[in-house]
Amino acid sequence: MEISSDNIVVFTVAGIAVNATIVWTWVVMALLVVASIAATRHLKTDFAPSRWQNFLEALIGEARRQIADVSHHDPGPYMPFVGTLFIFIAVSNLLTVVPGYVPPTASLSTTSALALCVLVAVPLYGIAEGGLLGYLKNYAEPTIFMLPFNIIGEFSRTIALAVRLYGNAMSGVVLATILIAIAPFLFPIVLTLLGLLTGFIQAYIFSVLAMVYIASATRARRGKETSQAQSEPSPAPNQKGTA
Amino acid sequence: MEPHVVIAAVSIFTAGLTIGIGVLGPSLGEARAAAYALEAIARQPDEANTITRTLFVSLAMIESTAIYCFVVSMILIFANPFWNAVMPKVGG
Repeated sequence: MEISSDNIVVFTVAGIAVNATIVWTWVVMALLVVASIAATRHLKTDFAPSRWQNFLEALIGEARRQIADVSHHDPGPYMPFVGTLFIFIAVSNLLTVVPGYVPPTASLSTTSALALCVLVAVPLYGIAEGGLLGYLKNYAEPTIFMLPFNIIGEFSRTIALAVRLYGNAMSGVVLATILIAIAPFLFPIVLTLLGLLTGFIQAYIFSVLAMVYIASATRARRGKETSQAQSEPSPAPNQKGTA
Repeated sequence: MEPHVVIAAVSIFTAGLTIGIGVLGPSLGEARAAAYALEAIARQPDEANTITRTLFVSLAMIESTAIYCFVVSMILIFANPFWNAVMPKVGG
């Protein structure tokens, strides 16, 4: 049994071995692109949009609402990155219902790549929001002595993101394989169902955590301004309430 | 005993120990988190959305320590790095 789909070589192109992880990642990407193009081809604004348009509108609307909830900010700039993360991870986890499919997220390479994207995106959004100095100042919060811990935290949470998603997806695959060997056929199906649920929750958690990290990098400056603005009028309702 | 026997025995024993002990803490922590979240939802049903989202995120954070243990035990069993060191000797 292989613990990682990286070791399964599907075919070789010009001496470069293409493994199962890459092949299935391409399949997921192709599926997403084709489905998106097919769904957005005949967009309508009348009262009877197509099923696919309805589905995509519900999905995107909910994603925007969740991002706005987490960031307390317009979801526009964050939606392409966080939404893509969510849709890719969710689809690659949910496709485990297809027999023979190995989720690309069950390989540490894929999840590390996704986590590295988050590692790069957090400073990019932070700098775009508050400038280079404003972002670097975050590392010296609340005191300068926290600087090493903030830097360690930046890397440890990236590793945690990668290993969490990998562990969850891989455990589903490994458990299904072991259970097929010792207790076929009903019990593995039940566990696969549970795996679908955890896979979807993991996709949600990965994107929410990415959004939380981005929000914490961008909010530092904005948070101070809003907290000062809110601290002055806040006593008034309290007095009203107590009186 | 030959080295590969020792490595196999220690690896399997340690894998069981890792997942066994490593799951204790996170399971207790998740139980507490879920119980308090249920209590909070019972007190304030209007805030159920926010509480549920926070609960999921914190459960994922707590769970990740158990996942680390699981990954370590899987590596010990299926991808043991020390296994390769003695494998050529056994094969040859």
